[in-house]
Amino acid sequence: MDVDPVILSRLQFAFVVAFHFLLPAFTIGLASYIAVLEGLRLWTGKEVYLRISTFWIRIFAVSFGMGVVSGIVMPFQFGTNWSRFSDAAAEIIAPLMAYEGLTAFFLEAGFLGVLLFGRQRVPQWVHFVAAVMVAFGTLLSTFWILVVNSWMQTPAGYTLVDGRFFPADWIEVIFNPSFPWRFLHVVTAVYLTTAFTVIGVAAYYLRQGRFVQESKVMMTMGLLLAAVLVPAQALLGDAHGLNTLTHQPQKLAAMEGIWETRGGQPAVLFGIPDASAETNRAEIAIPKLASLYLTHDWNGVVQGLKDFPPEQRPPVAPVFFAFRLMVGMWAVMLLITVWGGWLGWRRRNVASPLYLRACTLAIPTGYVAVTAGWITTEVGRQPYVVYGLLRTADGVTPTLAPGDVMVSLALYAAVYSVVFGAGLYYLVKLVRAGPGELRHAAEPGPEQRPARPLSAADVEI
Amino acid sequence: MAIDLVPVWTVILGFAVFMYVLLDGFDLGVGILFPFAPGDAERTLMMNSVAPIWDGNETWLILGGIGLFAAFPLAFAVIMPALYYPILFMLLGLIFRGIAFEFRLKAKSGRKWWDRAFFGGSLVATFSQGIVLGAFVQGFEVSGRQFAGSNLDWMRPFPLAVGAGLVVGYGMLGATWLLMKTEGDLQRWAGAKARACLIGVLAFIGMVSAWTPFLQPGIAERWFSWPNLLFLAPVPVVTGLIAWWLWDSLARGREVAPFLAAMGLFLMCYLGLGISVWPNVVPHTISLWDAAASPKSQAFLLVGTLFLVPIILMYTGWSYWVFRGKVRAEAGYH
Ligand code: HDD
Ligand code: HEM
Ligand code: HEM
Repeated sequence: MDVDPVILSRLQFAFVVAFHFLLPAFTIGLASYIAVLEGLRLWTGKEVYLRISTFWIRIFAVSFGMGVVSGIVMPFQFGTNWSRFSDAAAEIIAPLMAYEGLTAFFLEAGFLGVLLFGRQRVPQWVHFVAAVMVAFGTLLSTFWILVVNSWMQTPAGYTLVDGRFFPADWIEVIFNPSFPWRFLHVVTAVYLTTAFTVIGVAAYYLRQGRFVQESKVMMTMGLLLAAVLVPAQALLGDAHGLNTLTHQPQKLAAMEGIWETRGGQPAVLFGIPDASAETNRAEIAIPKLASLYLTHDWNGVVQGLKDFPPEQRPPVAPVFFAFRLMVGMWAVMLLITVWGGWLGWRRRNVASPLYLRACTLAIPTGYVAVTAGWITTEVGRQPYVVYGLLRTADGVTPTLAPGDVMVSLALYAAVYSVVFGAGLYYLVKLVRAGPGELRHAAEPGPEQRPARPLSAADVEI
Repeated sequence: MAIDLVPVWTVILGFAVFMYVLLDGFDLGVGILFPFAPGDAERTLMMNSVAPIWDGNETWLILGGIGLFAAFPLAFAVIMPALYYPILFMLLGLIFRGIAFEFRLKAKSGRKWWDRAFFGGSLVATFSQGIVLGAFVQGFEVSGRQFAGSNLDWMRPFPLAVGAGLVVGYGMLGATWLLMKTEGDLQRWAGAKARACLIGVLAFIGMVSAWTPFLQPGIAERWFSWPNLLFLAPVPVVTGLIAWWLWDSLARGREVAPFLAAMGLFLMCYLGLGISVWPNVVPHTISLWDAAASPKSQAFLLVGTLFLVPIILMYTGWSYWVFRGKVRAEAGYH
């Protein structure tokens, strides 16, 4: 088989964006968590919140720095590998992306420095306001970039002239049909990712008997948030899915592994989709359940993939498995939350080493779930880059040869592993050191600059 | 009937790109001079002198890149594929350099490696930017709304020469910056480097100025036809005066003047470039107006830009103010 530049460019885009997103997936939630901690400290005056917050600010600084560095690569991808898509869609997506950049720069310029370096130099309430503004800024970034993505999924508010999209109504562009659900679902997802990271780290300390006071607070806060958001995420996900059913029926059929159009669709728990035979192998399914949750009727009709010509179907297997992986991670989160609630209720939280170990092992659930969710979304959009209107294969740069993309993909992979490998190593060191060491570390001196995230963490490596 | 926003966006974008070249220019220059520094302590000082500001500087690159995408999308769609490799190398160089900055100052072991990464990343990023510039001036093969040349078109003498020239040029910016920010032996060393780089830069300016008119007949006509010759004559004259000012202030041991003069030289080169390519945004083929986004898109973004960019500028000025003065070992940044 011939490798074509389209496949390679898709792989490259998926690689750099998935990598990039792992960092915001953590920092967006963490920024809000820090703001809450600063607020609690201001309100209650308790030292413990200060220690926890100072600890997480260091972690935040390093992750945020890596998020920015990996983000710089992203906009250039559109030009280098997707020039025809860029030409076709720029009038709509480029200003939205520019808003993301401007608001991010604005927040970095104004408030990040105060949050990272200003504790000693500004009144407590100003520091709190800075934390809130940074959190707000990360949510603004999320808002704009998800507008771009959602518009590509469910385009609206445009006119199409000679194959190019022009804005007709910016409000319709921004609040396109999939945007509200996507925004809610993604924000909840990144909060959950952060919550389970915090819970896992706290459990790690508790198991070692270190920083017990801080860890108990972190554990409680994390579990309380999870208790609200884990159930909420299932409802939001369901609503998101129903919206997909309306606007992108092929994607939904691929997610569910549904081939035939009929009433009383079964929910496929497991199976191996076989695109050439147009059926699932080794299928385990619950009769009629899918119709119930998709149409709220046991006998509701749901369209299957066979209703669409093969050249309009997404690759079924990746969508099908990624979706199950995401929901599986949700189930693990639910387990941790319920188990924790039960232990807490019986006041044995700290005493159960098995539970603490499980919490630490569950740290990756959020990261796995968001990546799987994105794979569901993006692969499910195929074969279109702008759903229903522009095919991915027609979006790629015409002058690219397979060799070019192979070289760039290999170089990205190599450089990312070295550079971000070092970053990860450093993050683990910071976590190992824990909040306690901070009591000795001096506040950064005036020589430290406000705009540099990483220098806020000065543990030697 | 809306007002024509193209001139407004030309100014904004031109400004963002120039800010990037000046600001990231001197900190990349510090990276380029890095391995030649007298010793390890000096290297730490050099790094500290730019540590507080470099990533703010780099953000102008994003504003320039996305600004081009939003305001002149056709240019973005043509230029980026044409420069596939230089852009790839630039991005990878910047990643290496950005991370090396952070880890070199903290690493107990492996500091040598981070030193190399810092130098290598700065050098590769600068050279690639020079290639981007050179290839841009040379022009691209366009068919319809897409680039139609080969991905290796930039591998020609002119872009490579501009790449080398930019390395020396950023070196000069970096050396004059260090002259301003350091003292003692390191400052003397920086002075010597600044002088050496200046000689190199003048040689490159002369070469590029002589070469450019031959790239495209239009460029020669622009500069040498009457009465343009009269209006444009001040450009080389002022460039010469600034070069002399830089040389002289170095000789007199001034601290701030050389940095200003070095920036002035960059400004003149930038102007010269603008004169050569005006009114095109993809030289020789696509004009600013042809590449411009529709008024509706340009206006939508302008609202936020006019509000946010002044605030960003104020902050940038403030952070330079906070970190004014000399960097010293005892007040090092860790
Ligand atoms: C912590 C992360 C996380 C968790 C636990 C879940 N999701 Fe999710 N999901 C995401 C994180 C995520 C995501 C990464 O944020 C996605 C990718 C793009 C998007 O809109 O959100 C996503 C996409 C996504 C889509 C694709 C919509 C589309 O592209 O049209 C559906 C239907 C669901 N989710 C449904 C669910 C259901 C029913 C869940 C649980 C029972 C669930 N998700 C748990
Ligand atoms: C929100 C901003 C995003 C935008 C604008 C965006 C846009 C794109 C574009 C242009 C492509 C290449 C064309 C295509 O294959 O359709 C793509 C593919 C892809 N993206 Fe995204 N993406 C975004 C977020 C993400 C995230 C956060 C992930 C995380 C995992 C992701 C995963 C993927 C994958 C897996 C593909 C490859 C799909 C395939 O080719 O089969 N995307 N996306
Ligand atoms: C194609 C997709 C994407 C592009 C082009 C992109 C672009 C960028 C850029 C250029 C930066 C650095 C900004 C800076 O200098 O501060 C950045 C950082 C960031 N991105 Fe992305 N990004 C993409 C996907 C995403 C997604 C899917 C999310 C979240 C839902 C996201 C959230 C963030 C956040 C929170 C930061 C760091 C904080 C900030 O600077 O605001 N990005 N991104």
